[in-house]
Amino acid sequence: MYDFAYHRAKSAADATALLKGKSEGRAMAGGMTLIPTLKQRLARPSDVVDLAGAKDLAGIKAEGGGLTIGAMTRHGAVATSTEVKSTIPALASLAGHIGDPQVRNRGTIGGSVANNDPAADYPAAVLALGATINTTTRKIAADQFFKGLFETALGEGELITSISFPKPEKAAYVKFPNPASRYAMVGVFVAKTAGGVRVAVTGAGPGVFRVKAMEDALAKNFSSAAIKDIKVPTDGLNSDIHGSAEYRAHLVGVMARRAVDAASK
Amino acid sequence: MTAAPTGIGARVKRTEDQRFLTGRGRYVDDLALARPTYAYFLRSPHAHAKIRSIDTAAAAAMPGVVRIFTGKDTAEAKVGSLICGWVVKDKDGNPHKAPGHPPIAIDTVRYVGDTVAMVVAETASQARDAAEAIKVDYQVQPACVDLARALDKGAAQVHPEAPGNLCYDWEIGVKADVEAAFAKAAHVTKLDLVNNRLIPNAMEPRAAAADYDAGTGQYTLWSTSQNPHVLRLILSAFVLGIPEHKLRVVAPDVGGGFGSKIFCYADETLVVWAAPRVGRPIKWTAERNESFQTDAHGRDHVTHAELALDKDGKFLALKVETIANMGSYLSTFSTAVPTYLYATLLAGQYTTPLIYANVKAAFTHTAPVDAYRGAGRPEATFVIESIVSKAAAELKIDPAELRRRNFIPSTAFPYQTPVALQYDSGNYPPIIDEATKVSDYKGFEGRRAEAKSRGKLRGIGFSSYIEACGLAPSQVIGQLGGGVGQWEAAQIRFNPTGNVQVLTGSHSHGQGHETTFAQIVSDKLGVPLEQIEVVHGDTATTPFGMGSYGSRSLAVGGSAIMKAADKIIAKGKKIAAHLLEASVADIAFENGTFKVAGTDKAVPLGQVVFAAYVPHNYPITEVEPGMDENAFYDPANFVYPAGTQVCEVEIDPETGTTEIVSFTAIDDFGNIINPMIVEGQVHGGIVQGVGQALLENAVYDKSSGQLISGSFMDYTMPRADDVPSFKVGYKVTPCPHNPLGVKGCGEAGAIAAPAAVMNAVRDALGPLGVRDVPMPATPLAVWQTIQGAQRKAAE
Repeated sequence: MYDFAYHRAKSAADATALLKGKSEGRAMAGGMTLIPTLKQRLARPSDVVDLAGAKDLAGIKAEGGGLTIGAMTRHGAVATSTEVKSTIPALASLAGHIGDPQVRNRGTIGGSVANNDPAADYPAAVLALGATINTTTRKIAADQFFKGLFETALGEGELITSISFPKPEKAAYVKFPNPASRYAMVGVFVAKTAGGVRVAVTGAGPGVFRVKAMEDALAKNFSSAAIKDIKVPTDGLNSDIHGSAEYRAHLVGVMARRAVDAASK
Repeated sequence: MTAAPTGIGARVKRTEDQRFLTGRGRYVDDLALARPTYAYFLRSPHAHAKIRSIDTAAAAAMPGVVRIFTGKDTAEAKVGSLICGWVVKDKDGNPHKAPGHPPIAIDTVRYVGDTVAMVVAETASQARDAAEAIKVDYQVQPACVDLARALDKGAAQVHPEAPGNLCYDWEIGVKADVEAAFAKAAHVTKLDLVNNRLIPNAMEPRAAAADYDAGTGQYTLWSTSQNPHVLRLILSAFVLGIPEHKLRVVAPDVGGGFGSKIFCYADETLVVWAAPRVGRPIKWTAERNESFQTDAHGRDHVTHAELALDKDGKFLALKVETIANMGSYLSTFSTAVPTYLYATLLAGQYTTPLIYANVKAAFTHTAPVDAYRGAGRPEATFVIESIVSKAAAELKIDPAELRRRNFIPSTAFPYQTPVALQYDSGNYPPIIDEATKVSDYKGFEGRRAEAKSRGKLRGIGFSSYIEACGLAPSQVIGQLGGGVGQWEAAQIRFNPTGNVQVLTGSHSHGQGHETTFAQIVSDKLGVPLEQIEVVHGDTATTPFGMGSYGSRSLAVGGSAIMKAADKIIAKGKKIAAHLLEASVADIAFENGTFKVAGTDKAVPLGQVVFAAYVPHNYPITEVEPGMDENAFYDPANFVYPAGTQVCEVEIDPETGTTEIVSFTAIDDFGNIINPMIVEGQVHGGIVQGVGQALLENAVYDKSSGQLISGSFMDYTMPRADDVPSFKVGYKVTPCPHNPLGVKGCGEAGAIAAPAAVMNAVRDALGPLGVRDVPMPATPLAVWQTIQGAQRKAAE
């Protein structure tokens, strides 16, 4: 780890002020990606602004029939929240299967979404549920937020403050974990909301993406049989020692069907 | 031997666990030395490159830097080459090719991780900062990475001393006799296998700390070694030339090794060498990515095997052709692993009368490969047990039945195999009978049908393994080219107040010796367990030891303790005879008490010990004072644990995921000292075997030689939820040639499990027309195999 200046922000506004003018400044939410990256000397920030003390960024609120979850809410809190479990049980279940207990007690929803790791779980939920990402400066629709490999619509110094999820009629997330890392090799979040049916895939490509053909078929008939014959193109899918692009494409179909079945229960 | 509650056969909780579980273990990295410096090794980012130049000027000026050493420095100081301690002679009688292995590369780097420079600084972080500032001008060369092609014409060459990358071309058995048997066979089963490469991943990474006392000329090395005496011997006699009596090697608590900590590496060599040059102690602890890159890897064979059978399914002959990966340099025992620890085991549990094996060892631009839990024997078992099950499937004979037809009968022991070894004891049929019973083999087809109704493919696999461990008669080792003796030594030192120190040359790095060895002494001498202290791991205090590997500590080290205990009893009898005014011949020792046979006259051991240290009433002219005996034990033969494992799997054909739903292991380990510790060893071994079969794979990029599976993000370590609860049991035939009747249990699980799991996977996929699946049978590999079978069926 290289040396850096450490700052502890008391609030979102405080964090924004601390980051201002620091070209190599980095905000740290749970640090579950940043700290290993620092330890491996793969990042060299001048300043790290720790958001752990920003009380205004944490917490789960029922709002407009759905939920608003503060950016600094830990995965463990989402997984065990009675509010989340009753309003969007698929989201609670997703959070409960991220990493291990240590990660779930440190990692945050805002950190995960802002990082946009192509194998992270939360982006699939955000995109499939058509959530809104609330930041220090604006509101961003999920469809406009994720920009591919570790890229998002967030601007310089802009922080996620919370994420607002609508209550779905049906939803489920099923993932096929990478055997080694247990990140999602393919994770599929299927949701039926007032906005329609969405199928969002994480792990398989350079970033979370929707499968329009499945969405259309499910809108007509929300059953796994309806998407049985839909093949996902292999173009652009990840290929590595754990899974070829063909295998990932195949798994998208399997996980999607299982998610539809789980959502229908 | 009576079964005291803490003696032989008792499930005593491990005494060492108190300190391990409360964070009081003391490891090399915990060591507090005065004014320490820290080493960081700059490692090659290339698999093969010429070093044009190294510029350390900027790095040397960095904050906290004490010294920087390169290959130029070690060459000028005439630091020796790291050695391989086992000479294997090839077909023509020539010794294996032994290219030099400088601790720091001089002009060529030969694998990603090869040492390029050593930076010593005030802190570990400063050392690393400075290492990043070293400018190395590499001229990258083509690399030889793919083992299957390493011996081909045109492959990139690893060492000029080994043309064609061939280290040796070795054989055992008479090829012509085997070919003649094949010509008469009713059936021949053929099999191609890749035994996947593994990375050991001990929980504690390798570490070394060295101090030099300029006043006495004494060096001390604290090392994560499985064999501190052997490490001292190698560093003294071969690499650094420090007189043995001036080098103390301490291996304190060590967190696992699995073979990877047997060897003498560049890192500890350099830390010792540099200590007087720096004039302060030097500490080094590997980071996990260094462990992945530079710990000696395991396995890595490409094999073609053929089994000849007669019309009744009796094995007539076996021939095996193997290419074994040595990696870039020869590690300490690397040459022996795919020869004397592999091909000599190819008889397995069977009466196969003729066996021929040819092993070609190849250099590649990858990390050195050496012994890893089982070392050669898992590779042999995988070949035999895979081909036997394949033959059973081809001939439509029940796989358990085919094994039974070919087992060496219990009346045939001692049994001379056609591949050098003489099995001392064993009784295999009752083991497989018990294994089929415990695993409910009869009910399997019902379970397969039930699984099919759920869309799952269920399979069952057998693995009936043999291993030769408890290395070994020193004379035999010498005849086979080994450079060391293979005895163990022990010392039992009573204190005047009756408690005991048991000093052993064996080293415990997770095996529980402190408990097991104490149980032996408690049982033999009648001393309560809490009055026994087992001391190990320090060349300054313990008798010589040849190391803990090859499941040898109990069979060899434990036997040395028994011999020392015999000497205690013999001496005690003389003292007791004096105290009891009887003849020595009339003294019997039982339950910690010396008795005059046929009388009620008796004196407890504690009183005899006290008399030995306070010899006021004592046979001083005939018996020396004190009660402190040592013994060396050189075994008469290897020991031959054997057993049968039965694995049952369920495969999800949609995803290719394999779940182990049941796993049975019935073993013959001879007599058992502590069943709880043995169970732990079996469980751990099976998990490592399951890891090899389904999960673990060291993968190098075939052109660049980069280690792709270089972290836990890509190297799949087994987790608790990858395995079911194991059903374990024992059948005992005591070893006839060691005083404890024990055989060793540390490697058995890892030796047998890959074949059991893979046979189960093959069986599950059999109905689809699949005969083999690459190991590890990852979800991807299984899915691709199913896809291939479906394409074939559609054609």
